[in-house]
Amino acid sequence: MMEYHLQTPLKKEDIEKLNAGDIVYISGEILTARDEAHARILEMEEKKEGLPFSLEGAVIYHCGPLMQQTKNGWKVVSAGPTTSGRMSKMTPPLLKAHGVRAIIGKGGMKGITDALKNKCVYLAYTGGCAALAAELIKEVKAVHWLDLGMPEAVWVLRVEEFGPLIVGIDAKGKDIFAEVREKAQKQLEMHE
Amino acid sequence: MSSKISRESFIRSTADLLRKAEIELPDDVVNALRKAETAEENQVAKSQLQAILRNLEIAKKHGVPMCQDTGIMIFFVEIGTEFQFDFDLEAAIREAVIIATTEIPLRPNAVDPLTRKNSGNNIGTGIPDIHWKSVPKNQLKLTAAPKGAGSENMSSLRMFNPTETGNIKNFVLQTIVNAGGMPCPPLTIGVGIGGSFDAAARLAKEALLEPLDAPMKGLEREIFEAVNALGIGCMGLGGSTTALAVRVKTAHCHTASLPVAVNIQCWANRHASVVFRGDE
Repeated sequence: MMEYHLQTPLKKEDIEKLNAGDIVYISGEILTARDEAHARILEMEEKKEGLPFSLEGAVIYHCGPLMQQTKNGWKVVSAGPTTSGRMSKMTPPLLKAHGVRAIIGKGGMKGITDALKNKCVYLAYTGGCAALAAELIKEVKAVHWLDLGMPEAVWVLRVEEFGPLIVGIDAKGKDIFAEVREKAQKQLEMHE
Repeated sequence: MSSKISRESFIRSTADLLRKAEIELPDDVVNALRKAETAEENQVAKSQLQAILRNLEIAKKHGVPMCQDTGIMIFFVEIGTEFQFDFDLEAAIREAVIIATTEIPLRPNAVDPLTRKNSGNNIGTGIPDIHWKSVPKNQLKLTAAPKGAGSENMSSLRMFNPTETGNIKNFVLQTIVNAGGMPCPPLTIGVGIGGSFDAAARLAKEALLEPLDAPMKGLEREIFEAVNALGIGCMGLGGSTTALAVRVKTAHCHTASLPVAVNIQCWANRHASVVFRGDE
């Protein structure tokens, strides 16, 4: 189990060296996106419309943060990961169209190892650890698509040493979640 | 002199109750998480449990919600038959939710199911979800249990044939395997057996409120041991801590029915209660 400290934007070399089970900390910029933002990104892609943010070398965070508007702009109150499984179907087309290098979320994603191969990694952040995450988010740099509602908007966040993140699915096809799931299913069938 | 509870003080107490539920876990839940962290041998799982415990400390220190999914607002009300009040309880609870949403703050989570339009204040048709029960007492007990969607989405209900009681355990286990890391284990698993289609689900939800430090009985223990042998572990990354507890509640049902509901609760088993006492 290795530990890496990465700076965004991520390069292909940054993620190629990561193995499932490694620990990663990320500094730089990350973008939140969940169900509705994924749907809109794909819609705009279909219409060949440009996005108001860049996804080249980007880190997508499956998160619907709790934000508070202050005199000086937005403040993060609580911002842990949401269930990545809901974005499983929308992720392969999104990765095809854009140069996203890492996805942070919780619970893993089924059927995306091929889409991630040689391209992108899935990083698991402890679900529910939203107060801890908020401490590591240093600035809200921008917000896009607030019309989708606070949780579904795209928040551009500056983070420092964001983690510990566990490499759940690496760019070589190894998926810890799938291995755990298969073992559990076998164990269950032994009961029957 | 009457000491009937005023609407204003009820609203204040309800908003404060929500704050408590969002920021701090009950002692029995924290103790169960600590015990799990000590016992866990899988290093990845241990790191996840440590992050959870650290997160709880930070949430308490800064007075912020422990999870950004501050949940959908669910209340359980036990109204004493002798308890006196002269205002609309439901309207008062709704008002308290609106106040708590800006005050704590809470993430606005309530949306129209079809248009997906967010109401912005955690209020909507049928939300907050309020469960009413009458008890022969001179008091009112209010429990707030804000429920996150990650775990709620992984819950399951099945109408079995009456002769299939032997399949209940397997149904619970399959639900947990399908859920994997998605509902943020370690879980509290509420199982409702009997009643009707909706009553089974209600039983399962009520089961989540039971103290985690009480010993598990028969079927509860049997399911608990089988769940933790699955190796799903904290956050689905492997390990021995998939569930903190299993709670089963039953009710009589139709002779031709066997409803079984599994309500899954993430590690953040949030709930808090307040008791308003009437005149002695």
